[in-house]
Amino acid sequence: MIFRIFEKKELKNLFEILAAHNKVVGPVEIGKDKQCNPIYAFTEVSDFNSIKLDYTTTKLPAKRYFLPFHEDLSTFRIKDNNWQKTIDYNADRPLIFFGLHPCDINALNKLDKVLLHSVFPMPYYVAKRKNMFIIGIDCVPQPFCFCRSMGSDTALHGFDMFITNLGTRYFVEILTDTAYNFLKNIKTEEPKEKDHILYMKSAAERNKKFTAKVDTTDLAKILDMEFQSDVWKQWGDKCLACGTCANVCPTCYCYGVEETVDINLKSARKTKMLHSCNLIDFAEVAGGHNFRPERHSRLKYRYYHKHRGFVEAFEESLCVGCGRCGESCLAGIKVPEVIASVRGGKKR
Amino acid sequence: MKPELKFVDIISQQPKMQKRKNDLSSFEYTYRAEITSMYQLTDMETLYRIQIVNPEERRRFAFIPGQFLMLEIPGIGEAPFSISSSPSIHGEVELCIRKAGNLTNFLSKVGRGAIVGIRGPFGTGFPMEEMHGQNILLIAGGLGLVPLRSPIAYVQENRSHFREVNIVYGTKSPQHLLFTYQYDVWIKDDINLNIIVEKADPSWIGSVGMLTDTLMKILEGRDNEFYHNTYAIVCGPPVMFKFVCNMLNKFNIPMQKMFVSLERRMHCGMGKCCRCNVGSTYTCLKGPVFDYWTVMNLKEAI
Repeated sequence: MIFRIFEKKELKNLFEILAAHNKVVGPVEIGKDKQCNPIYAFTEVSDFNSIKLDYTTTKLPAKRYFLPFHEDLSTFRIKDNNWQKTIDYNADRPLIFFGLHPCDINALNKLDKVLLHSVFPMPYYVAKRKNMFIIGIDCVPQPFCFCRSMGSDTALHGFDMFITNLGTRYFVEILTDTAYNFLKNIKTEEPKEKDHILYMKSAAERNKKFTAKVDTTDLAKILDMEFQSDVWKQWGDKCLACGTCANVCPTCYCYGVEETVDINLKSARKTKMLHSCNLIDFAEVAGGHNFRPERHSRLKYRYYHKHRGFVEAFEESLCVGCGRCGESCLAGIKVPEVIASVRGGKKR
Repeated sequence: MKPELKFVDIISQQPKMQKRKNDLSSFEYTYRAEITSMYQLTDMETLYRIQIVNPEERRRFAFIPGQFLMLEIPGIGEAPFSISSSPSIHGEVELCIRKAGNLTNFLSKVGRGAIVGIRGPFGTGFPMEEMHGQNILLIAGGLGLVPLRSPIAYVQENRSHFREVNIVYGTKSPQHLLFTYQYDVWIKDDINLNIIVEKADPSWIGSVGMLTDTLMKILEGRDNEFYHNTYAIVCGPPVMFKFVCNMLNKFNIPMQKMFVSLERRMHCGMGKCCRCNVGSTYTCLKGPVFDYWTVMNLKEAI
């Protein structure tokens, strides 16, 4: 790993150089919530001043750029009794992500395991993923962030460069030669020993700010043991089965496929839509049998997939602990509380 | 140097020699296939014979009994179906399909000669070669006979490799019986066919009752040598699995020799959409054929 350090004003230069030749996506403020706190979102940016690098978190992850909520997998031209299928992976240019937090970078790393590195890699994801240039940035832990418990509070790979705010300057980790070459366009220096100390101090400060925790010890086993536990029913009673948690989750990738005939009756399309395992039809089969008809069984399945199934397959949880689902849940269901209650057995 | 990112074309980048499981361009590729015949089996079920159009693709398309494929009608939908024909025929499959939804109702109307799309085959199958030299119990409830018709065809073609072969098949009523035209041939091939219906009609002269009654009669009073050297293949509605598997277990049929085929509604068939997950196991990758030990370790499987 190569480290550099540069003056803060240089970042604007870097942005402008990159934005002149590429499409850039970054966090911007799109409004205020009821408490007058800013609401942030990832969107395409062309002006450095509109990027809020000190953003807390975004309501939605950057998912729509690599796992769109709606995506045509293929289109058909239909003529008489015959048809022609055209496949398009819906990626036509590289994208620069300017300022992803470690949780969102780790979310991509987790998605890579199932969508890129496993059998039947998904070209729709791979095409977009291979065309991402990621500039990570450190964050200030919020009360709902439990990423530290999930081991996602720092990103070790999955980005091109990662910048850390050291007051007047940025400390940068460089992982790819592309990033190294880009940085040649601005003034950077070799960090000195005192910069290392500053970096470590800032990391230690950040560590102190994590408040939300999840005990993941033996969690996969405990979820198995408590499969019939009543606490699931209690959470299921609260759950509205609206699917918001999956919508805002940076790692939820489940989907459904639908086909529609266009209004001209000459063409048709096959569309992939992200789904949520909390929606009632998720596990329904032909003839109407539903393997998970109750809300609690679907809610439980979501935890089972994130915290047990994925662990079994890839030695790590599918949850990055970004806390978005808990913040967006209309019923106030939060992951740390659910897991604590399952661990605590029946008392809640 | 201009700080411009180059577009990475994933398809041109991947190595030339690819297995289907790693080939990015095969993910959404569908074989164009023609419905060469439609044979109505009951009011609700029709047997479709489907042949891949391209001769080269036809030659390459092979499957093992128990696997499924995805059938697509452009603009109408795509759904998984288990293959119901002999694995020794390449590039041509028979699918027995019940009218149950949009796609299957549309399919019943398209007629011979229509071009559909197929992807696959996907999933695990029954380890037929492992079963050589053994007794076989094929237990089907209702539509569960459909995926079992493929191992039955295998058994017929390789009859000398198997000892006693029993089919236990239960349906609601005699009108629901599938593949009735084949029963004589099965029997002539020395396969014991035990059919039982829940509700008889006046013309029915066979057994009436539950499938487990018939199964009990076959299993009762045999020696350990029989139980230990018997493979069982079970397929049917979810409620049937529990009773049948418990009974087989009680008679000490080894768990690794009991196979079930689970039904789930896959949307991709390749371990991506999660719609077929049982607990957190992909039915499309680790199944649909599981041995009983694996099923016992899956939550909410049966």
